[in-house]
Amino acid sequence: MSNPYIILPIIFQLFTAILLMFFWTQKNIQKAISVALSVVTLGISVWLMTIVLKNGIYVTQAGSWEAPFGITFIADPLSALMVLLTSIAGLAVSIFSVGSVRNARVRFGYFPIFHFLLMGLNGAFLTGDIFNLYVWFEIIIISSFVLITLGGEKAQIEGSIKYVTMNLLASAIFLTAIAILYGLVGSLNMADLSLKVAKLENRGLVNVTAILFFVGFGIKSAVFPLHFWLPASYHTPPTAISAIFGGLLTKVGVYALLRVFTLIFVPDEFMVSLISWVAGLTILTGCIGALIQNNIRKVFSYLIVGHIGYMIAGLGMFTEAALIGTVFYLIHDIIVKTNLFMVSGLIFKIKGTFSMRNLGGFYKEYPKLSLLMAIPIFSLVGIPPLSGFWAKLFWVESGFEIGNFMLVAFIISGSFLTLFVMAKLWSEVFWKDGDKLPKKINVKYFWELKPIKRVAMVFPIVFLSLISLYIGLGADHIIQLSTIIGKQLMDTTPYIEAVLGPITELQP
Amino acid sequence: MKTIIFKTASSYLLPLLLLFAIFILLRGHYLPGGGFVGGLIAAIAFVIHSFANGIEKTRGIIKFHPGFLMPIGLSLALLAAITPLFTGGALMTGLWFENPVPVIGMVGSALFFDIGVFLVVIGVVLTIIFTISETI
Repeated sequence: MSNPYIILPIIFQLFTAILLMFFWTQKNIQKAISVALSVVTLGISVWLMTIVLKNGIYVTQAGSWEAPFGITFIADPLSALMVLLTSIAGLAVSIFSVGSVRNARVRFGYFPIFHFLLMGLNGAFLTGDIFNLYVWFEIIIISSFVLITLGGEKAQIEGSIKYVTMNLLASAIFLTAIAILYGLVGSLNMADLSLKVAKLENRGLVNVTAILFFVGFGIKSAVFPLHFWLPASYHTPPTAISAIFGGLLTKVGVYALLRVFTLIFVPDEFMVSLISWVAGLTILTGCIGALIQNNIRKVFSYLIVGHIGYMIAGLGMFTEAALIGTVFYLIHDIIVKTNLFMVSGLIFKIKGTFSMRNLGGFYKEYPKLSLLMAIPIFSLVGIPPLSGFWAKLFWVESGFEIGNFMLVAFIISGSFLTLFVMAKLWSEVFWKDGDKLPKKINVKYFWELKPIKRVAMVFPIVFLSLISLYIGLGADHIIQLSTIIGKQLMDTTPYIEAVLGPITELQP
Repeated sequence: MKTIIFKTASSYLLPLLLLFAIFILLRGHYLPGGGFVGGLIAAIAFVIHSFANGIEKTRGIIKFHPGFLMPIGLSLALLAAITPLFTGGALMTGLWFENPVPVIGMVGSALFFDIGVFLVVIGVVLTIIFTISETI
């Protein structure tokens, strides 16, 4: 079905960013606009999700150019879901930024760039054209370059060099892959590519292109041999920025992998085993890396890597149940990782350090806050009724079904390591008796902030924790949703027909 | 480079280059040109002026901070892109006025999009140049 208004989540973020630019110097007005319009965006995303679930896939052709020639925007359940999750995380981080981001950063355009980043994310999720996907990736990485360097502290610049270099490399590889693909089939529309790539005779070149795509997206989503930039850079910017990076940026890579490897390159035996091994090793390196870290944010960064491995593992099994698990985990992971980085920010504001060794006694001093922080921490581990558990059930089940015991072993050992890491973090930060920490001069402590800023830092954590609890306890709804998406990922005919019209007319 | 020849030339070059920039901007719909190139040429006009007369003088003729052109240009481009949505068309569909305007020719929403790009490019380039030359 055609509906020009599915583009609204992108347009509205752009509108927000432009409006914020008009108030470049007034920081309080900027904060108010950012939060208020993020709420409106969340409303738009909920509307998009409901109409897509009710009436099926919506399509619009930019500039009214017909499908394989113009740029298609398409809202299928997966895209709508990702847009919704972006809006939820965006709203939470926007509120958290009000409390935690320094005024100097706001004066140099923190909020406009933040909304440009969200616009790029929404664009990447809604586009149905592979080159347009590249363009949205560029918007995302340029905004993220600004955000990661904004403030110009020494550690930040050091982290950003690694981040910028690796992401530029990934973009170059991605662009090369698009160029080869265009040379092979002469089309950029993803639905059209899906039909044309399937018919190609030259399977060798198709596989090479597929691997180039895998490497490009793999760097962006930080999979095994290419993940070193992530833990080296995500702990350097302010926590609000790491929250949006940790929650959403690597997941764009996972989304792109899911899209490209279900729609355009359906994995053959070689690709499946490649993806499986990469996924298994990613889980292992990420979780083992997290074991030895002392900085809380570095622990979470390594866990991002490990848990990206889970999602890739779902793709590596390539059964409907495994993809359902991946989609479920994607929902859980975006909410929880965003939340955990905000939790680390709150701990820093209260105690003045990220170091686990120096922290301690948090539970004794702040029992209510500790219980609140326990929700995302234990959701991440996946203690049964909480949200991290259900997806693993799907993966283990489908791993046994197809006899891929290697991946099952990796997933279970990854879970075990995550449990160990989080138990260590809990006992170090919350239970251990902590020494009195020396007061730092350049840190503005939590209790010195204005009450409204304190609320702005705690409220988003409560908000995302409630969503996490809902994902865990109301898993029935989320599984229904993931099942719809998983089915459409395995059978892409509805997607292609929505873009190009009935498929029987297309085939000679 | 405060030579008298360059100084005199720059005061003639500024209006000439600005006119040329607008010509390139209007030409861009069917022929090579457009908002991006036009914007660069217009920015170069101011850059040459600032080389010859110093940055303060150039600031004096622009009167407001060039960065302010960015949100204005972006809003113009956004408006041009979303106008078709109000009539039920797809994003960025070209809408045209019925009668040609003298000298310019047919005017459509694409022209306003290009003018938006034109303003953004001038704003960005001048902000970068002014900021860099300030810190040196």
